[in-house]
Amino acid sequence: MVEALTIVLAMGVTRGWRAALTGAVAATFALAAIIAALGPALVVIPIEVLRLVVGALLLVFGLQWLRKAILRASGYKALHDEDEIYRREAAEAAAAGTQLRGGTDWYAFTVAFKGVLLEGLEVVFIVITFGSAQGHLAVAVAGAAAALVLVVVAGVLARGPLERVPENTIKFAVGLLLTTFGCFWSAEGAGVDWPGNELSLLALLAFLAGCSWLAVRALRRRRVSLRPAEASA
Amino acid sequence: MRYVRAFGRFWWEFIVGDDWRIAVGVVIALAACAAVAATGAPAWWIVPLAVAALLFASLRRAARQG
Repeated sequence: MVEALTIVLAMGVTRGWRAALTGAVAATFALAAIIAALGPALVVIPIEVLRLVVGALLLVFGLQWLRKAILRASGYKALHDEDEIYRREAAEAAAAGTQLRGGTDWYAFTVAFKGVLLEGLEVVFIVITFGSAQGHLAVAVAGAAAALVLVVVAGVLARGPLERVPENTIKFAVGLLLTTFGCFWSAEGAGVDWPGNELSLLALLAFLAGCSWLAVRALRRRRVSLRPAEASA
Repeated sequence: MRYVRAFGRFWWEFIVGDDWRIAVGVVIALAACAAVAATGAPAWWIVPLAVAALLFASLRRAARQG
């Protein structure tokens, strides 16, 4: 969501707010349509099958996030630089020619639409998987809407790139939560009875957080030990 | 056909991402978990251990590649 907001802000500041906001609103409606179409379809599938499939998808998706967050935290992957993204998008937008059709700047509209749609798809995926596995899609949608309002308010207050948001910390936490719930639901769907039922979620979260912490430490140490060797080569 | 392929590639990259071995490992771990659970033996430990092993292995590969 932070990347999407950065793109919309860059388009709004450099090309004008009308087309940028229209693109963002159009993408938001497209995302809402995806939720509205997929939500009722998922209700017909038996809950055990849904938990196995949705849990497995969530687990793979969460592990991907966690892996990237660990690589970023240990210096093996560059941190997302919102300030740099903002500068690049703004420079490209300023360099692009103005194509007005029907009074709309289509460059700003398309970039804002694409940015919000692609980044929003991650949110939609999480909302649908969490909502359907628990049978509370409406609550998951309300939570996502609250998060959206929070990000937009932060963007309006910042009025610029959101470099102060500790993005990797947030992604680390989200990756941990997705992997934890993915583990829990997929195993439950496979026929597992968790000791302590939902309480085992806390143990799972602690276990995965511990593994991640160990991985970050080990990778940082490896990076430091390789540096003198690289320098002498 | 080009659009179908691009659509498939988008979803593959969106869900599976940089390391396909993680996705394959998760499927194998869940199959093993279901098989053990079907016998009535405790199977709750299989998925967390498999996840930790898959994560460490994937990070090790990524670190070696630089």
